[in-house]
Amino acid sequence: MFHRESGVFKTSYAADMALYPLPIAKWAVAAFAGLFIVIVPLTLGEYYVSILDLILIAIVGALGLNILVGYTGQISIGHGAFMSVGAYTAANLVTRLDAPFWITIPAGGLMAALIGAIVGIPSLRIKGIYLAIATLAAQLIIEWTINHVPAISGGVQASIQVPRPSFFGVQLKSQTQLYMFLMAFAVLAIIGTSNLVRSRIGRAFIAVRDQDIAAEIIGISTFRYKLLAFAISSFYAGVTGVLYTYYLGIANYEQFQITVSIDYLAMIIIGGLGSILGSIFGAAFVTLLPIVTRWFLESFGGLIFSAADLANIIPNLRLILFGGLIIFFLVVEPEGLNRLWRNIRNYFRVWPFSY
Amino acid sequence: MSKANRAILALALGAAAGLGLATSAGAQQKEVLIGMQCDRTGATQITGVVLCPAMHDYYDLINAGGGVEGYTIKADEIDNEYKVPQAVEAYQRQKQEGAVLMTLYGTPMTVALNQRLEEDKIATTSPGFGIAAAADGTRYPYLFPIAATYWSQGAAAVQFVKDKLGGNLKGKKIAYVFYDNPAGKEPMPIIEELQKREGFELRTFAVPPPGVEVGAQVLDIAQRYRPDFVIAHLFGRSPAAAIKAFKSNGYPLSKVVGLVWASSEADIDAAGGFGVAEGYHAMQFAGAGDDYPVRQQIKAMYKKAGKEPLDLMDKNTVYYNRGLLQAAIHVEGIRNALKANGGKAPTGTEIKNGFEQIRDFTLGGLVPPLEITPTDHEGGGWVQVFQVKGGKFVKETDWFRAYRDVVEHALKTAE
Repeated sequence: MFHRESGVFKTSYAADMALYPLPIAKWAVAAFAGLFIVIVPLTLGEYYVSILDLILIAIVGALGLNILVGYTGQISIGHGAFMSVGAYTAANLVTRLDAPFWITIPAGGLMAALIGAIVGIPSLRIKGIYLAIATLAAQLIIEWTINHVPAISGGVQASIQVPRPSFFGVQLKSQTQLYMFLMAFAVLAIIGTSNLVRSRIGRAFIAVRDQDIAAEIIGISTFRYKLLAFAISSFYAGVTGVLYTYYLGIANYEQFQITVSIDYLAMIIIGGLGSILGSIFGAAFVTLLPIVTRWFLESFGGLIFSAADLANIIPNLRLILFGGLIIFFLVVEPEGLNRLWRNIRNYFRVWPFSY
Repeated sequence: MSKANRAILALALGAAAGLGLATSAGAQQKEVLIGMQCDRTGATQITGVVLCPAMHDYYDLINAGGGVEGYTIKADEIDNEYKVPQAVEAYQRQKQEGAVLMTLYGTPMTVALNQRLEEDKIATTSPGFGIAAAADGTRYPYLFPIAATYWSQGAAAVQFVKDKLGGNLKGKKIAYVFYDNPAGKEPMPIIEELQKREGFELRTFAVPPPGVEVGAQVLDIAQRYRPDFVIAHLFGRSPAAAIKAFKSNGYPLSKVVGLVWASSEADIDAAGGFGVAEGYHAMQFAGAGDDYPVRQQIKAMYKKAGKEPLDLMDKNTVYYNRGLLQAAIHVEGIRNALKANGGKAPTGTEIKNGFEQIRDFTLGGLVPPLEITPTDHEGGGWVQVFQVKGGKFVKETDWFRAYRDVVEHALKTAE
């Protein structure tokens, strides 16, 4: 992350493929882990921890979508619906069988993976915008099904209350406790993804993305890997849905509508397609941007507008700023925040002796 | 500017914004902070842009008159864009700032935050939306629907239809057209129960989201089913589309009653004006129109300050008056809390108890004869029906409620 080497000194494939190219990278990651796992929850107030909680949930979902869209090149507008599959699977398991979180989370993920693999079938025949429409259909079908099948939705309200998860008999209630809970899964998701994309499967995904016919010719079964990408991506989405359900204490289908799918697409496009750090950046950016623009407007808007006007202006201006900043960042760096970050790093790599 | 410089500039701006927040966060003495969530930009902004300014107006009126028992009211508004993550963030922020009373906006946000409310003991209102079961104060101690829930509205609508059709529903045909989401379906169990009791024929017509395509359903109702009365439970843009479609299919609007979110001037205007909607029945949980003293007081307050009252005040009296109702109930809850605790800064629990003592508070007829108790957070489930007549809403019934036994039974058996 923060490390900088002054040149390329690698002499073996093993060195080139290493997760940590330099020892300092390991220390930087350890320091970051220490910061976010120990220092942050102990020092920050509840409000700030709650924002981080939302980001952590978004990271898991964004990583999943990035596996599908960024690494495998298959577009999906059904991510929100896969989250709802996970959420309702977990909610039903909790309310009917009193299942603990270490069962409901994988179960929610697996159920979403199953549905995701089915929804992924059209990807074998169509690509691009056509596939987007097929996944959009999935989003609507899943929404409709949850809304109209009481056995899944738990009644007319389509919301199921779920008690917060218990860990060795301690119910995780406060924002900080939930932060640790969510952090564990976010870390698992990050480690899982970073290993996945460096494995045979990950490289097969990338080959499919770059040119699926060529990939097939070199012996990659596009059938298997496209569906696998849908399944893995949906697994992440399902887990996100379960985490969200535990975080809020309720599964409600209106939390997973099409706008959510689009928000997640925005995250990975802004963060950077096909990058893990980009998913994290994107999740943080999309979650924080409305909050930061609001702070900004509240702090300085009073200089220009009256208080009554401000109440009406802030929400609207916030949307305009949100859209404007997304355009700004994408114009500055079309490959997303991850690339922007790498550019900054490259600039400092040989700094101050650039020439 | 190089890219790195630009990034540094962005960081500096962010830091400046953070600093500004830190300086503005200082709290004053003798102040009650109300956390308001609004929707001025999201899916239901048509309501939010009127409701929220009305609430601010009422708080301003109270503060101009010396506040509540020596306390001034401070309302912190955050727009949740009808999105759950934004609502969670807004909630945490207002809680951190010390809000002891909140108003949520939107059903998904209300259900998402419900568990937190109980854990944090913050009294919260959710008038006219949220879960009908929240009327049961023993199960949802900190959530106050304060207005008729969808169950009460459904029961009242059937009663209204019964009165209109001569006091007997046996063999009559009623069509229930609803927005196909949980909120739209919520009154259905009540209406189905009443169908058994009253012996009418019922057919339901679902309008899929986003609800602007109602032509097929209305055609089906007007031409094929030909019911004796229609109960419409629609939201957003669909009430206007439905009124228009009923009109063009020649179905008399005087045989249509809309539940509370299909009942504002905005809906009538979008349908083509009051001329088009002549005869339409609109159910209300706060009085519509201008004939209430509190509205005159607000106009006088603006006049005194040398300003014009907001033009939406007269353009959309329905949502404006609902905002007044909500703000007034908040103020009464705070007043009761302060009276009970002897003037200390009230806690969420004290305000909850304050809400539960509200009765005989009508605000000149704008508020129904609410009676909020520890078990009944709905306050009785009162509604009023207005009719579109000669270019405005004309009061058609007084406050009434109906089939309480059916609604109470549903509350008891709710999961």
